[in-house]
Formats: sequence, C-alpha cells, structure tokens
Amino acid sequence: MATEPLRMPAYGAGELSVLDKLETTPRPARRFPLQVWRGAWPRLAAVAIALAVWQAVVLSGWRPDYLLPGPVPVLRRLAADLTQPVFYGAMAITLERALWGFGLAIALGSVVGAVVARNRVLRAAVGSLITGLQSMPSIAWFPLAILLFGLTEGAIGFVVLLGAAPAIANGLISGFDQIPPLLIRSGRAMGASRFQLFRHVLLPASLPAFIGGLKQGWAFAWRSLMAGELLVIISNHPSLGVRLQLARETADAEGLLAAMVVVLAIGMAVEILFSSVDGTVRRRRGLA
Amino acid sequence: MRPAVRIDGVSHAFGQGGERLLALHDVSLELRKAEFACLVGASGSGKSTLLNLVARLDPPTTGEIETFGSRTALLFQEAALFPWLTAADNVELPMRMRHVAADKRREEARQLLSAVGLADFEASRPHELSGGMKQRVALARALAQDAAILLMDEPFGALDAITRDLLHDELERIWLERNLTILFVTHNAREAVRLGDRVLVFSSRPGRVADEFRIDLPRPRRLESPEVARLAGLVGDRLREEVLTRGH
Repeated sequence: MATEPLRMPAYGAGELSVLDKLETTPRPARRFPLQVWRGAWPRLAAVAIALAVWQAVVLSGWRPDYLLPGPVPVLRRLAADLTQPVFYGAMAITLERALWGFGLAIALGSVVGAVVARNRVLRAAVGSLITGLQSMPSIAWFPLAILLFGLTEGAIGFVVLLGAAPAIANGLISGFDQIPPLLIRSGRAMGASRFQLFRHVLLPASLPAFIGGLKQGWAFAWRSLMAGELLVIISNHPSLGVRLQLARETADAEGLLAAMVVVLAIGMAVEILFSSVDGTVRRRRGLA
Repeated sequence: MRPAVRIDGVSHAFGQGGERLLALHDVSLELRKAEFACLVGASGSGKSTLLNLVARLDPPTTGEIETFGSRTALLFQEAALFPWLTAADNVELPMRMRHVAADKRREEARQLLSAVGLADFEASRPHELSGGMKQRVALARALAQDAAILLMDEPFGALDAITRDLLHDELERIWLERNLTILFVTHNAREAVRLGDRVLVFSSRPGRVADEFRIDLPRPRRLESPEVARLAGLVGDRLREEVLTRGH
C-alpha cells in the first residue's frame, strides 16, 4: 500500500534526460542553396542530355531542317512566341481547363475513394472497376464525350475528369489500406467518434498515398487534356492544343516544337510541385 | 467502497462455429480505486484481449465490465504515436477530441510532457525520438485523456533494461501523484512484482485468473532487490505450473 509520500531515488529524471540526449541525434543543419543545387543538378543534366540527343538526331540529317529543326531555332522561336500575348492567351485557356478538370477530379476522386475505402460492400462492387477505369486510355472516351456534349468545353472537361478521378480515388483507397491497424486502435482507445477517427487518424494517415494519387491523377489529366484539345477544337478558344494542330497544318515545325516544349514544361512543373509536397510530408514522418 | 473496475463473469470468443476460439473464460476481477494491479501470463493467454474489453474496443461475448463512468486510457507495447504530429500535438489530440479549448490544451500538453521529462522535445516528431521517449510521449498522451483508469499492455516490453528501470520509477511516481487505477499486463514476473500492489496470474486457453499475490513490499522498490526477486520467483513458479498443466 502506498499511502505515505514517496522519496524517489535521486537519479530518476536526471538520468532519463541524459539518456534522452544520448538517444537523439541532432538534426544536421541544411544549407539552403546546397539543397536546391542537390535537387536541381540531376534535372539540369537530364535536360542537357535530352537537348544533346535532339541536336544529334538533327545533325544526322535523318529529316530535313524544315521538318525537324534543332533545339536552337526552336528555343529561339519559343522566346519569340513568349513575347506575344496570343501565346499567353492559349496557355491561359489550356491551364484553365486543366485547373477545372483536375479540380473536379480531386473532388470526385476523393469522395468516391473515401466512401469506397470505408465500405466493404462498395469496395467489393466497384474496387476493381475503378482500377479498370484507370487503365482505360482516356482518348477512348472522346467519341462518347462528343456525342454527349458536342464540341464544347464540357466534352473536354468530362474526359479530363474521367481520366484523373480514378487514379485519385485509388490513391486514397490504397492510403486507407496501408494504415497500420494499431493507429486505428490507438485512435479508438482514446475515445474518437467515427468522424473524429476519420478526421484525425484515417485522413492524415493516408495523406502520402493520396498525394501519390494526385500526382498520377495529374499525369492522366494533362494527357487527357492534350488529347482533348487536338480532337475538340472550339472556335475562338485558341488553346495550346489548337496551336499544335495549326502548326502541323501549316507545316510550322518550329512553332509545333515550341508549343510542345511548353506542354512538357507545364506538365513537369506541376509534377515537381507534387513531388516536393510529397517529399516534405514523407520527411516529416520519417519516411524519407 | 465501490471498486474502480468490475469485471464480472466475462468470457470472450473469437471466430465462429468450429473455428471458435475461447480466449477468456469466466473472468471475474475487481480493481480498487488507485490500485496498481499487474496481470502476468504466458503469451496468447488472453491478457491483451481482457485489456481491449476493458478499454471498450470490443464488447465481451458474455459478462459485464463496469468502470463506473470513468474513462480508460490504453497503452500498447508500441507507442502508436501518430507520425504526422509532433510530440506536443500527439499529446493534445485526445483533448482536441474532447473539445478542450486550444490554449488550455497547449498548456496542458506542455505540462504533461514535462511530467514525463520531455519538455525539450515538444516539437520533435515521433521518428526523431528513441523507443523509450516515444513510450513516454504515449504515456503523456494517455494521461491527456484525463482517464482515471490506465490500461497498459506490456508497455515496456520492447525497451532496453536501463530505460525500462527508469520508466518503472517514473510510472510509479505518476501513478501516486495522480491517484490512477492501473491494470498492467506483462509476461515478466519480476516487473509485475516491482510495480504491482497485486499480481494476478493468468492461465491460458482459455484465459482466466488462476491465482493472485498481494505484494506488500514498501515503495519505492527496486527490480534487483532480494524481496522482489523472491516474490517474483513464487509468481514465476505458479506461472510455470499453469503453462505446464494447460500447455497441451
């Protein structure tokens, strides 16, 4: 029985804190410029290699200059295009579509993913359907989309949505699947309601996989959007896709490649954005 | 006087039909308020199952468990901290769930972390802490649940001997300061005698309380003291007997 106050041995807390110091390693200070350089140089090297290969193919004389111009004239053309407001107009229309379609896909994919992941019957019913939809080439949706919506923004949005949403839903579903059961029990043992468990345990626990899904969803969305802009040309909506198509019709190879560089750059920029968010999240959790 | 926990005729089975496994059979047990009770038994004896039932993670197949309106907090062998939250945020979470005001719970989390000697590690993430430190954050988080009953499932089983020894002192101090009722599961008879007012020997398949020892040694106790060793020997003999008679 312990009724009288205790005198604990003098070492106690002091010894523990000494142990704590021994057991934790101070974080090495990261020098910012060095860190940026470390992330950037492999990418820069890859770009340089790609440009060199391109130049080599051009120099080989495989195709005449006017069909396959080298990187120098194309980049010069791009610099010229980038001074024209029309070019930015086209980029704005394309980006606006991407934003809309991808935004809707995030909303739909998240809701469907969350509902399916938490419901065993739904999971059995539509789980494999979602994976099937994900592997369906988005261009196969266009004939239907054009029938349903005509040559409108709606047709493009529809296909971007269907292209990206399954990947996002799947990301969330696999995120829920990977949650260690102990964390769920821990949350329940502290008295979490169903909603609190969802909000404070399940959602944050599945975040890394969800970001993975977003990344993949973006790739699908961007691809679908480009396919859509080539197929569904709406007058007075001069998008990047329209520029590609026009450049081909007028045999303007430099303009075509300049537009392609922009398409590639935008796709990569968004991908890098997601990767850096992903990296931050993982580092915080000790996963990277 | 009303007990803190009453476990009354509890049996628990897993699975159904032919595959049914009886994990607990007719367990009855009362814990006094502010009692430190240790449950020792071989692994697979249903000790953890019993804790889960008391924590209301599952309802018992038959029988009743009463905690008289007191909250329970459960600690696992692994700290089970949320890796996306800092130590302080982990401790705050149970208070968030109870809708404690933000400034109040921040202050409370700070106090709890210094109570377990981790005042300097508020902003650390779980992966930056050692096993013993994580387990102390988990203890602080359990205390943040403002539960009168602490259920501990081999909480120090994965720690090295020095850390475990120090955490025994720490737990004893916190238990006394806060008047907690503790049900502590372990397979280590010495640890049970070091900590418990009472040691309950659990038999396996199905689990039930086979015997109990009252430990009247003065506190603070030391794991290496001859009295602890002697009583642990008795508990260990009884445990071995249970395993041998029930083992097949």
